[in-house]
Amino acid sequence: MGRYIIRRLIQAIPVLLGATLFIFAIVFALPGDPIEALAGEKRQDPAITAIIREQYHLNDPLLVQYWYYISGILFHGDFGKTFAGVPVTQLMAGKFQVTLNLAFTALVMEAIIGLLLGLWAALRRGRATDTAILASTLLLISVPTLVTGFVLQLWLGVWLKQVTGIEFFPIAGVGQGLQSYLLPGFVLAGTSIAYLTRLTRTSLVETLRSDYIRTATAKGLSRRRVVGRHGLRNALIPMVTYLGADLGVLMGGAIITETIFNLPGIGLQLYQGVYLREQPIVVGIVTILVLVYIVANLIVDMLYAVLDPRIRYE
Amino acid sequence: MSKTSPHALPAEGGLGNEPLLAVDDLHVEFATRAGLVRAVNGVSYSLQAGETLAVLGESGSGKSVTAQAIMGILDMPPARIPKGEVRFNGTDLLRLSEEARTQVRGQRIAMIFQDALSALNPVFTVGWQISEMFRVHRGMGKRDAVKKAVELMDRVRIPGAKQRVNDYPHQFSGGMRQRIMIAMAIALDPEVLIADEPTTALDVTVQAQVMELLAELQRESNMGMILITHDLGVVADVADKIAVMYGGRIVENASVHDIYKAPAHPYTKGLLESIPRVDLKGQDLYAIKGLPPNLLDMPTGCAFHPRCPYRQDNCVTDSPPLYEISGTRNSACHYWREVLDGDQG
Repeated sequence: MGRYIIRRLIQAIPVLLGATLFIFAIVFALPGDPIEALAGEKRQDPAITAIIREQYHLNDPLLVQYWYYISGILFHGDFGKTFAGVPVTQLMAGKFQVTLNLAFTALVMEAIIGLLLGLWAALRRGRATDTAILASTLLLISVPTLVTGFVLQLWLGVWLKQVTGIEFFPIAGVGQGLQSYLLPGFVLAGTSIAYLTRLTRTSLVETLRSDYIRTATAKGLSRRRVVGRHGLRNALIPMVTYLGADLGVLMGGAIITETIFNLPGIGLQLYQGVYLREQPIVVGIVTILVLVYIVANLIVDMLYAVLDPRIRYE
Repeated sequence: MSKTSPHALPAEGGLGNEPLLAVDDLHVEFATRAGLVRAVNGVSYSLQAGETLAVLGESGSGKSVTAQAIMGILDMPPARIPKGEVRFNGTDLLRLSEEARTQVRGQRIAMIFQDALSALNPVFTVGWQISEMFRVHRGMGKRDAVKKAVELMDRVRIPGAKQRVNDYPHQFSGGMRQRIMIAMAIALDPEVLIADEPTTALDVTVQAQVMELLAELQRESNMGMILITHDLGVVADVADKIAVMYGGRIVENASVHDIYKAPAHPYTKGLLESIPRVDLKGQDLYAIKGLPPNLLDMPTGCAFHPRCPYRQDNCVTDSPPLYEISGTRNSACHYWREVLDGDQG
């Protein structure tokens, strides 16, 4: 197992380099001059522009720029500075926490709601409950986050507060701790909840048809134990895989949710970074996201071996 | 004892002349998209303690469905039992509440399945799966239950039981896996053991060992055993009596001795003739002509008539009853006398 983890981490290096280079090149290729844009509508002194360009190595070829950037990260842990002179690491520090909070809130909601709905549908397979659950997941999948976000913000954030006089779900910011994350978390998790519900249902229905479930019944175990221990334990394997891979998706998807609910996370920061062509911000954030993705996948693969003893990594 | 209430558990031990287990006029049907499938049509058989009944028949003959109805592990729906009784020590299991049924299942009537690899749960160790019987049904602690599991693994002769108790099913060979299934089934000393093609997935030398083990365990504990198989070779060694099934019915009931000496139904005769024989080496193998019946569209009259060399006109129209040949022998053939005498119709 140890050797497997080391090999996987080594494999992650070219993935990280490739991903950063790719993002670097895309931001490089964006039209417009970020330094000119710094001054907004006003004309900037060409001498100052030249100095800043020199300072940020903007006159060098792409690969040379990339080398300056990546060697800074590798040798000094330096993710560069924004054009306003703030180190990117400092900019990201607090924001990363916000996004992590949001993503984990969403992940926990996804796991609990998806599991329960999927279980319920599987046990009522072919009946009205099952059909209703499947239909609502389809609805959730087909409505974009942008819509569910604003609609829920209006209904649960604004109207519910007007009607009851109590603020259940703050509509913006992170001032209320966990409570601030509930609504954005649900919006972010929306489609994932729907997919996980369907996956759980299918996986459990399939599992409950297998021979070892028949054996468990023949052992004289209660239905509860047959489904809860023998069935669910096997159905869990694809669900965990999905949840793990989804953590990365949720962190990436936070851009929209953070913008709607005005949460000061890296999604919002990334959006602003792209808007202002702040190369170090964009590349820095994406690098972190790629890293989260790789680590999440590694954890999933290891969990896989724990959940399914037939899988062994040598 | 008069009629038992639906919640009463079957009494221990036999009641007078009542057999340990009696299936009486059992019907099982499945509602499928293509129509109603009558998988079992009035099957009756009985089993005494210490006795082995072999139920013989090809795929789709209803032999496994009958066994699953006895165990109560049919999925209902789509399955339905419109008629029939399964009496265990005199109590009709089909009338018991689900809780009462669960008390019988696994503890007093146990079952082993054909393919032990898929019948054992892949994510739990074999020790966990065997000891679950003691933990759930006997309320034992984990340590004691695992100790009992090791004893059972020793009893079914798994080498190095103590070291292997924490292994997973996929780490065992086919024969060893089937032994684990057997250990799990006999864990609580059931009165009846149903073995549904226990050796079909195994290779021949291993088959013999597993059958030997089953026979030995049965002798030690005086269980009644229902052995479901399509392998006549297996039957001759271990069975006391045979029920041959075709198209959801029993077509012949007899002692092993009688059936091998002279079958009284053309289907049984066909089965016996299709066993390859060393003394007929070089000749073509015998095969029963035609295909098994389509359960959605059963032939009229006798279900076997389209394939039967003894067929007469009335076979196409009249379904034969189970004629009594002797006290222990029945045949569902209008022309059982001719079959028994060996004249080809």
